[in-house]
Amino acid sequence: MNDMSAPVALTKKDFESNQDVRWCPGCGDYAVLAQIQKLLPTLGIPRENFAFISGIGCSSRFPYYMDTYGMHSIHGRAPAIASGLKLARPELSVWVVTGDGDALAIGGNHFIHAMRRNVDLKVILLNNRIYGLTKGQYSPTSEMGKKTKSTPLGSIDRPFSPVALALGAGATFVARSVDTDLPHLASVLARAAAHKGTAFVEILQNCIVFNDGAHNALTEKATRDDARLMLEHGKPLVFGKNPDQGIRLAGMEPEVVTLGDGVASEAELVVHDEHAMHSGLAFFLSQFESPELPVPLGVFRAVRQPTCDELNAQLHENTREAKGRGRLADLLHGGDIWTIG
Amino acid sequence: MSELELVFVRERENKAVRGDAMSGTERLRERVVEALDSVVIRFVGDSGDGMQLTGSEFSKAVAKAGHGFATHPDYPSEIRAPTGTLFGVSGYQIQYGSRQVFTSGDAPDALVAMNPAALKTNLADVKHGGIIIANTGAFADTNLAKAGYTSNPLEDGSLDGYRLFKIDISALTAAALRESGLSKKEVGRCKNYFALGLMLCLYGRPIEDEIADIYEKFSKKPEFADANVNALRAGFAYADAAEIFAATYQVREAAAKPGVYRSITGNHAAALGFVAASESSGVGLFLGSYPITPATDILHELSALKHFDVTTYQAEDEIAGICSTIGAAYGGALGLTTTSGPGMALKTEAMGLAVMLELPLVIVNVQRGGPSTGLPTKIEQSDLLQAIYGRNGECPIPVIAARSPSDCFDCAIEAFRIAVKYMTPVILLTDGGIANAAEPWRIPDVASLPKVEVSYRTDPEGFQPYARDENLARPWVRPGTPGMEHRVGGLEKDFLSGNISHDPLNHQRMVEVRAAKVAGTAQDIPPTTIEGPASGDLLVIGWGSTYGTIAQAREKAEADGRSVAHVHLRHLNPLPPDLGELLGRYKTVLVPELNMGQLSKLLCERYLREVVPMNKVQGKPFKVSEVHDRILELS
Repeated sequence: MNDMSAPVALTKKDFESNQDVRWCPGCGDYAVLAQIQKLLPTLGIPRENFAFISGIGCSSRFPYYMDTYGMHSIHGRAPAIASGLKLARPELSVWVVTGDGDALAIGGNHFIHAMRRNVDLKVILLNNRIYGLTKGQYSPTSEMGKKTKSTPLGSIDRPFSPVALALGAGATFVARSVDTDLPHLASVLARAAAHKGTAFVEILQNCIVFNDGAHNALTEKATRDDARLMLEHGKPLVFGKNPDQGIRLAGMEPEVVTLGDGVASEAELVVHDEHAMHSGLAFFLSQFESPELPVPLGVFRAVRQPTCDELNAQLHENTREAKGRGRLADLLHGGDIWTIG
Repeated sequence: MSELELVFVRERENKAVRGDAMSGTERLRERVVEALDSVVIRFVGDSGDGMQLTGSEFSKAVAKAGHGFATHPDYPSEIRAPTGTLFGVSGYQIQYGSRQVFTSGDAPDALVAMNPAALKTNLADVKHGGIIIANTGAFADTNLAKAGYTSNPLEDGSLDGYRLFKIDISALTAAALRESGLSKKEVGRCKNYFALGLMLCLYGRPIEDEIADIYEKFSKKPEFADANVNALRAGFAYADAAEIFAATYQVREAAAKPGVYRSITGNHAAALGFVAASESSGVGLFLGSYPITPATDILHELSALKHFDVTTYQAEDEIAGICSTIGAAYGGALGLTTTSGPGMALKTEAMGLAVMLELPLVIVNVQRGGPSTGLPTKIEQSDLLQAIYGRNGECPIPVIAARSPSDCFDCAIEAFRIAVKYMTPVILLTDGGIANAAEPWRIPDVASLPKVEVSYRTDPEGFQPYARDENLARPWVRPGTPGMEHRVGGLEKDFLSGNISHDPLNHQRMVEVRAAKVAGTAQDIPPTTIEGPASGDLLVIGWGSTYGTIAQAREKAEADGRSVAHVHLRHLNPLPPDLGELLGRYKTVLVPELNMGQLSKLLCERYLREVVPMNKVQGKPFKVSEVHDRILELS
């Protein structure tokens, strides 16, 4: 255990636990762990005020590797546990680390309600589009036709878009990044940490054993610039190697256009607005799928709304102002009482 | 009925039936009054007729006279079933008396039936020769047909064995409210107050307090307050003036212990007990819960107490109910989750997590008829084995059970006392009977309440997350404590560090220490109280809400000259340390339970002792006579 110390500048090292990391060599989870360990010392929060809560799955081993408070709980329930913790202890910085199976299959209900309530949690979903810990079954984000051990003839289930699901549930901060683009991952995580309210980050992550290369188009140098759309607030939607491709609206449909030479101009393109109170634009972007459209990375939505924990504190304060601090003797003597003798 | 007495009573005459035109003149008049030791009254009607309110208001009125009472609300699971149907009948039974009242009574002395369906479903319970007050206004052909009557029972002589009073409560209420300005439907809703007024008069209770209550309850809707008061007065005046009642009834004065009293239901008492635990420990209470009958009132009560250190969280499901609570307990709060049988099943995995994390937590199961959705609004005690055993792995949890509505208060405190002392989840069992039933409660002095003591560890020197104290409890360390950052989880953990451990011997050691810790909670269980002889022919042993019935049956049998003792268990896991020796002192052990013999099974297995099970699963409590008869057979 560590020394009790006055606030000194923390480093990445301070957030590394003494446990051996047991992910497969080459797993994308390593990069996410390293980025978060690098980010936390920059936030100005004492180390003891961080709590990492996870469920079950490869990604859920995460808390063991962080030298913070942490709980490796049960499958899918981390958002519910984290919500209770945050409501009981609003001063803590509470993080949930989850996976596509944990958050979207067994824990789908808790996931959407955490988004809906806007509890001040950071929810990091490592999406490798496969079940790793149970050795290779299709997940709620596996593409249709995916052949796995439980779908030898190909999956017939349609996949979820985690970003669309979070937006549909009313999330106030929604972002997406990939495990191999470290500067982008770092900046998205920093934005999530700074957000007040439920901050949801989907990280496209490679499972080297059971689904290797699932995100290759987005990560390989040769293809990535044409396959992804880097979102920037206030900027038109432009992508491509050069970059000379843009997204224009054709009615309610997105249309890819080539810029320049009188074909299309930047002025015609959709401009990203992550602060729009209406989540329509964010939802529109969440529908972009490869190969027809570039996959958006970055912040889809970031709006400030009262958080569940703030509102809860407010209710208590208002009630105490109106009624005064409750006294047990008065409470017991409430209602109709009568005296005998 | 007990003996008859003739007394002169001074009564107020309430002549007027309508509006504010109350005369209020008083006169002395002679009247026959039957004096009773106790009386059982049942109010029955459509689930929209307001019988629960009538019954609970009547209870309040007799309570204020110092009577002991016990109630049994019996309502359908449909919120407002189609009117006039047999399955839509809602009832409220009260027994009150001059001595301690243990149960709501076996058979009503008086039945107030607001429609034919209510009469049909309840008549069989009424004492032979008992009073039936029937609202003739609802005995029209359509309602008779809905209840399956081919002829009107009020007219065809089928009620000749009873004292039948035919009163058109619907029409009399309407007449009293003719000038109220309310709609026909609204007027119809006031007839329960007419019935209340009538019964208050018949049983010699004044209506002044009730009038004050109505004005308070409807302070935001004065037109409804006036209407209900007028209906109440009209009912009272009708009973007083009408010639049909040859006598009124007066239950003899009670000799209750001096003190300040209130009426309380089990759910309300539990809620207050949890607040008391929070205030005693100085630690905030966190309730994570999902609405479920018949447990939801605990959530309702606590959600209104935000001026205390109480946070309530209506979770998205039962699992989130307990998981949010685990999160709060991890954060250092008194974590509470409340549910009933099906919800208990859903919380099972999370209870296992709490056992592994060794965090304090209280789980309340307000039992109802099972399995599955079962009988949501009815009483049963069939979740005992589920509470003790129903989890994967070797997963011991202390289990306690409340015996009466007011005992829920004490058990709520006891549950948290165990939870924080031993760092363990604790299951508190109540049931749909005591959860909604009311009884008078002598309000305790706050200073006299048992203490719930919490200490968080803050000293990092030599800290090991799973090192144990003399009670085998691990330290409670809240996130936010500097220098003690550590990880916990559902995987088996090392005996000291709490890090993941798959070591075979470590697992065995951890399984054994978790079991020893829970077994060790028995050290705090006080010596078992025996009602009756300390040894002899027959011991009746029960748990939970059967207390009143067994106690009364035993007293009756003792009065018959039988040697019979009664032990009622609060602690069910572990069982009291002196119980084995105690069982050996009696020739026969009778175990009445509202299940198929779950405590019987535990006792047989634990003490290798033959017992006589007595089981009932009809969604109803035992009758005193049922237990009494069995005692007579065995003693």
